[in-house]
Amino acid sequence: MKLRELAHSRTGDKGNTLNVSVICYDARHYDHLREQLTPERVKAHLSDVVRGDVVRYELPNLAAFNFVLGKALGGGVTRSLALDAHGKSLSSALMDLDILDPR
Amino acid sequence: MNAIPDERRVRLGAGAGYSGDRIEPAVELAQYGALDYLIFECLAERTIAIAQQARRLDSELGYDPLLEARMRAVLPVAVKNGVRIISNMGAANPRAAALKTAQIARELGLSGLKIAAVTGDDVLDVVRQGDFKFEESGESVASIDTRIVSANAYLGAAPIVEALANGADIVLTGRVADPSLFVAPLIHEFGWKMDDWAMLGQATVVGHLLECAGQVTGGYFADPGFKDVPNLARLGFPIGEVSADGSVVITKVQHAGGRVTEATCKEQLIYEIHDPQRYLQPDVVADFTQIQVVEESDNRIRVSGGRGTPRTDTLKVSVAYVDGFIGEGQISYAGPGAVARARLALDIVRARLTIMGVATRELRFDLIGIDALHGETAGARNAQPYEVRARVVGRTDSMAQAIQIGNEVETLYTNGPAGGGGVTKTTREVIAVQSVLLPRAHTMPTFEFVEA
Repeated sequence: MKLRELAHSRTGDKGNTLNVSVICYDARHYDHLREQLTPERVKAHLSDVVRGDVVRYELPNLAAFNFVLGKALGGGVTRSLALDAHGKSLSSALMDLDILDPR
Repeated sequence: MNAIPDERRVRLGAGAGYSGDRIEPAVELAQYGALDYLIFECLAERTIAIAQQARRLDSELGYDPLLEARMRAVLPVAVKNGVRIISNMGAANPRAAALKTAQIARELGLSGLKIAAVTGDDVLDVVRQGDFKFEESGESVASIDTRIVSANAYLGAAPIVEALANGADIVLTGRVADPSLFVAPLIHEFGWKMDDWAMLGQATVVGHLLECAGQVTGGYFADPGFKDVPNLARLGFPIGEVSADGSVVITKVQHAGGRVTEATCKEQLIYEIHDPQRYLQPDVVADFTQIQVVEESDNRIRVSGGRGTPRTDTLKVSVAYVDGFIGEGQISYAGPGAVARARLALDIVRARLTIMGVATRELRFDLIGIDALHGETAGARNAQPYEVRARVVGRTDSMAQAIQIGNEVETLYTNGPAGGGGVTKTTREVIAVQSVLLPRAHTMPTFEFVEA
């Protein structure tokens, strides 16, 4: 199944760094996604965009994760040559990730 | 003596989430929101540099280009309902923004308004004279000195609080941390101390939820079939109803479009933050890890549990500088073989830019519809869309060379693959932004009144 079926997401930018949230629709899926969504897996999935490290922060109270992606904006929003200089569309790429069905 | 519990609610409305935002939801909030404050966040990283360039050409300019339209639309109803206004629409020239607002108030027949301009964020001279290095690249600021356009520190809530304490009806600032625009009226109303880190942490949560306006009421959220939002065309902006303990209910005007849910609040909470335990702000280092988000009733979401630790000794300063030019051209192909013809088009432009000796520091070739947004993905490799748009973009040292990039895309009309159409060409001067950390002692935030 696709991550999109269990979670939703929004991307934010700061300088040359992106953050992508992953928020469970159902808090019971938090532990499952914690196993599935390792920083390595996220970095591999977004490898053509993210040149730096991927750090995962956990927010169990919100049943959510915050992935911080280094060197992901072509030198920063203000000077990037990318069509989506803010990287705002990247949340949709992450939602396309294949994950195991939690059942 | 028994303390009397403070049961007041302070109602903050967000009137804009960025400089070009819609105006009618702000008017709706001023009219029907039962607000105490209407707050407009209008200053992106680069906006202030563009405003600074405008100010150099005309010393009475340099504030937000939509200031006049916003004030004309909002002031009459805000004044009638006793709603105070706070905004960073002062941009590179808060004093001129205050004077302009006073002039508009007079023209609208609104008298007796106290309008404050907050200054002290412009630290260009300090940054030029000091020995600073950019946080992002490590380069010394001195190495690009001649190209610097502006340097502005992210001020905290303090000068806004002072202006409010002195009776300001309208406060216009330049660069202030976005959440601080919302933290300030809460400190003023509830009398919180500037070193009550837990309270300032929760106040930062309130500001963070509201600062992007429609992004917490269902804007930038809809995904049909998964996340549906009613009446998005009439999207309303948010109201934060804050209690003396700092907890907030995020809601909206009942008849406005959009929706406030736990999900919309969570998406906005995690937007543009890095380490949720250490969200660096000029007023506090906020901690979002213990936050609770609970639906009280339809379109009323209570958010509490923000905490904080002491603020740092430095302020972030955004330094904007001229950084060459970007030239771009695009052309579309459609029908059978569209992708193959678009790829051929990109190869031709790549070769011609070399032949013509166009010097670029960076070049990029995209197929919009395939790989422009996320590069080489699994979806991109197999995609055969009906239509595709070839895009060539490059960074140059001169405008003349930037122009040549678009021209070499345009020549594909008569010199490229079959069936290309819809060429566009653009060029722009790049204003880049990097940051330095400035010891607080180097800034002197203050305010002054302009009587309407």
